[in-house]
Amino acid sequence: MPEWYESIYAWFESLLNFVPRIPLGSWVESFVDWLKNAQFLFDGVRGLIAFIASDVFLNFFQLIPPIIFILVLTGLSYLLVRKQKSYGLPALVFFGLLLIESVDYWDDLLLTLSLVLTATLISVLLGVPIGIWMARNNLVQKIVTPILDFMQTMPAFVYLIPAVAFFSIGIVPGVVASVIFAMPPTVRLTNLGIRQVPTEMIEASDAFGSTPKQKLYKVQLPMAKVTIMAGINQTIMLALSMVVIAAMIGTDGIGRQVYYAVGRNDIAMGFEAGICLVILAIILDRLTQALNPAKK
Amino acid sequence: MAKIKVEGLTKIFGKKPKQGLKLLKEGKTKDEILKETGLTVGVNQASFEVKDAEVFVIMGLSGSGKSTLVRLLNRLIDPTDGKVWIDNEDLAQMNEKELRKVRREKMSMVFQKFGLFPFRTILSNVEYGLEVQGVDEKTRREKAIQSLELVGLKGYENQYPDQLSGGMQQRVGLARALANDPSVLLMDEAFSALDPLIRKDMQDELLELQEKMQKTIIFITHDLDEALRIGDRITIMKDGAVVQVGTPEEILTNPANEYVERFVEDVDRSKVFTAGNIMVRPEMITIEKDGPRVALQRMKDAGISSVYVVKRNKELVGIVHANEVSKAVKENAADLKPLVQKDVPTVHTDTPMHDLFDTVSNSPVPIAVLDDDNRLKGIIIRSAVLSALSGNEVNGNA
Repeated sequence: MPEWYESIYAWFESLLNFVPRIPLGSWVESFVDWLKNAQFLFDGVRGLIAFIASDVFLNFFQLIPPIIFILVLTGLSYLLVRKQKSYGLPALVFFGLLLIESVDYWDDLLLTLSLVLTATLISVLLGVPIGIWMARNNLVQKIVTPILDFMQTMPAFVYLIPAVAFFSIGIVPGVVASVIFAMPPTVRLTNLGIRQVPTEMIEASDAFGSTPKQKLYKVQLPMAKVTIMAGINQTIMLALSMVVIAAMIGTDGIGRQVYYAVGRNDIAMGFEAGICLVILAIILDRLTQALNPAKK
Repeated sequence: MAKIKVEGLTKIFGKKPKQGLKLLKEGKTKDEILKETGLTVGVNQASFEVKDAEVFVIMGLSGSGKSTLVRLLNRLIDPTDGKVWIDNEDLAQMNEKELRKVRREKMSMVFQKFGLFPFRTILSNVEYGLEVQGVDEKTRREKAIQSLELVGLKGYENQYPDQLSGGMQQRVGLARALANDPSVLLMDEAFSALDPLIRKDMQDELLELQEKMQKTIIFITHDLDEALRIGDRITIMKDGAVVQVGTPEEILTNPANEYVERFVEDVDRSKVFTAGNIMVRPEMITIEKDGPRVALQRMKDAGISSVYVVKRNKELVGIVHANEVSKAVKENAADLKPLVQKDVPTVHTDTPMHDLFDTVSNSPVPIAVLDDDNRLKGIIIRSAVLSALSGNEVNGNA
């Protein structure tokens, strides 16, 4: 840069001198500190999440011998696709799970599965009602949409910091970070699904004297089901993508193995753990898609 | 008594409808209000009455506000101003609960694109209205099946809407609307999405059903032929306002203004007019009292060459021709009976003109028009058919 340009640049820069350094970060930090006053609340949430993830899902999965687990899931997926006469899914489930068991990631798989299912369950329980509320109220939609954008675009790592602050380390902050990251598609697609119900059907429902509740349960939700299921499918995939990131704050599971492998530059371990995640992702994706009645 | 009475019903779409309402009452047009305020006038101070058990057609081109109007009648759209009286209750003033009661018990709606629920079976679609009322499963099943039988769809109970053709789907829509036995049926372009042939069948069937059911039907259409076919009375709308209300005949013969006139210009009159519309008052001879002399005199006076013979109660007996009667008079015969020819061309008063052409052109004598009891109501002469087609006054005497 020539000298004369530097002085011009400095002059332009000085024009902004009146704007002080905005302490955005410390504001958020003090807000988070202030929130800690409600620690009892977070302890309650922590207890609940730990209960669902560890005591319900994980303990239940651990009761089942791997071979039974594999056969039951294969059988279930067979039932789902039986009508389409294509047996790719059951085969995938059977051989995929068998591979995971053979490379000794079974325990990690169960933990990761518990985490993903817990995060999905919470996302659906929160996300579907919020989506319904958004669909019925334009103001709510206007407020919630930017929040969803924020939740999805903020780098997922950033959630880890407050998650640890409120929920310490382990599986619970992992679930919380996953919920924040993974919930938006369920909310968005629930909203979209309900808003996309053809006007004539809403009118028909109204014209026969349905109450708003009857309209919701008898017309809007059944009509939006396919779209909502697509949202839940996306939520599961996003939750799964969080497990590696969550490993950074001490969440166990396959993600932890990937994280270790990166740290140790261990190709063999990295590939094995990675392929296990891929298999789990494909199985969960195909299973939830097969649940979706879109292809009649 | 009017079943439905609409008074000054107005709907203005936009942010400050009251402002538009004021301008509308000052007599500004739809276009002027749009330019001045950006508000869209959907329905402009519509007033009319619908009688019990009549088929009332609201007809207009797209954008004329007819679909908005029908939605104001069951408040799928809330009116900006005006009243809708149904059995002397003002629908516009009702709260949610009262409104639901009316929608559940008094009025049903049939939609242009059917509005069926694709995830429900046909039976369960038809049950919907009863279901939301909380009718128990057994009763609503029975009623739904009856309703499906009424529209000729028995046996399709467990199919899904997308397995049925358009015409059948709309029958389901009709069955659903009939299932909770409403007194008012709102039909929004109900047959417009159907093929012409199927549409005609559905129109016929609706009229047939109506004869049994005697509902008050408000039928929206953009098709004048359809309006004239099924309507007892027709309302013509333009720019949200009611232009004319009248029977099909009144609309055709007496258009209220240039707009309606242009509308009805292209109508195939032969499909609208019936034999009853174009027949003329006949000369007739009563078989019990009139003899050949009277008959001959009657024919001479009227300048005709044949005359119909009836009984005292006007029941048709046959026809006599001038040349045979005058021969009988010369022979001093007193009895007319042997001269009567029983084989005469007859049509019913309700026969559409369209179906008369053949008979008229092949018959050397005027055609006898009979009512349900074979009584002679009138005759049709060739010139009357032609003048009806050309749109001239047809109900004069020959």
